[in-house]
Amino acid sequence: MLTKRIIACMDVREGQVVKGVKFQELRHAGDPAALARRYNVEGIDEVVVLDITATLETRQALARTINAVAREIFLPLTVGGGIRSEDDASAAINAGADKVSLNTAALRHPTLISILARRYGSQAVIVAIDAKRRDNGFAVYVRSGTADAARDAVEWAREAEMRGAGEILLTSMDRDGTRSGFDCDMTAAVSDAVNIPVIASGGAGELRHFADVFTRGHADAALAASIFHYDHTGVADVKRYLHAQGIPVRLEC
Amino acid sequence: MIALIDYGAGNLTSVKKALTALGADFIVPSTAEECRGVSGLIVPGVGHFSSTTALDAPWRQAVGDALQAGTPLLGICVGMQWLFDGSDEAPDVPGLGALSGRCRLLKGNTELRLKVPHVGWNALELPRASRLLAGLSSGAYVYFTHSFAAPVTADCVASTTHEESFAAAVERDGVFGVQFHPEKSGEAGLQVLRNYLRLCN
Repeated sequence: MLTKRIIACMDVREGQVVKGVKFQELRHAGDPAALARRYNVEGIDEVVVLDITATLETRQALARTINAVAREIFLPLTVGGGIRSEDDASAAINAGADKVSLNTAALRHPTLISILARRYGSQAVIVAIDAKRRDNGFAVYVRSGTADAARDAVEWAREAEMRGAGEILLTSMDRDGTRSGFDCDMTAAVSDAVNIPVIASGGAGELRHFADVFTRGHADAALAASIFHYDHTGVADVKRYLHAQGIPVRLEC
Repeated sequence: MIALIDYGAGNLTSVKKALTALGADFIVPSTAEECRGVSGLIVPGVGHFSSTTALDAPWRQAVGDALQAGTPLLGICVGMQWLFDGSDEAPDVPGLGALSGRCRLLKGNTELRLKVPHVGWNALELPRASRLLAGLSSGAYVYFTHSFAAPVTADCVASTTHEESFAAAVERDGVFGVQFHPEKSGEAGLQVLRNYLRLCN
């Protein structure tokens, strides 16, 4: 049976993992390759590296990071953050990424989804959607959540699928960083609207949140960052818990 | 020396990294001629079956000659599908035909939320002993990402179920194939590649 995936996200700035960190904890965030190695031992199913600065100057550093992570772990590796063009995507894939995650660029140039899907296959193209609840829907934001895209998440996810996206990475801006649980309603709304897998993100704080997003949220995968970085909750704890709840996960490594 | 065939498939870098980690000597031949005398041939792949059209007559000839000479051939994902007669994904594109059967679109199941593409870690069922999968047991998890799949035939040494059963690994004489990605399946995947490399030596 296809298992539910647990994905660790590393936000990388200048070659170091920084996400979800209070300033004084920065020094513990650490080296991406070392963290990836630890996650691999703990049974992570997949790793996402997000370049949170994504400037031209950091591009080479990002390629080095991807290379270093891909040398350490033999698991699916997604790279996102500032992938704006076919060239950005090829650079990430050539450095060792299996998938690229498009966000702002996909909304601005939806044809980029199809171009990359044709060149690398749909499985290599993830469309990341940052959304928050508004009225009865889910409003999409771009530019790291700063600009209203005037689109609904469900409708945009459908279009992304139609254009060739292989997966949707759906982040709840309302829940991100709150540790109050995933937005299961939003995840279910998107997951039920598309045939491609949906990765839920934003709000992981406790073990039961993972069970919730797989059952009520109909998610295919759940992504978390800071709770894994700092050993609040280990990957193995999450998986053992889900297994005990009867949710299929990959246990042995 | 292993020849890793580059026909524009996306996972070449990942396969290279895995082979490097396992200490394998390999080349990425730029012409079919360079495949002569290698100890193994890997056809990677991910994405659309039509990309295998790049494996034109000279490549097919080189692969065929290598098989005749008893050189182990390993197809990965679309590379495995190519070993068969063809795929419904690109009906006009002939496969190598080293194994009989045709790849078809997975059905999925909307009610059970079994989506297509089939993406993620799924378990192997091993009906019989296999050289390629030595050291793995039934229930081992490997990583898949595909929509089309080969049928379970006499050549199937591992099957996986996603609404229906399909061939997750095949083996017939010197022809080996895996629908999953051994280069992305953690330790289980590396074990499969190690087994293959051993068969090449």
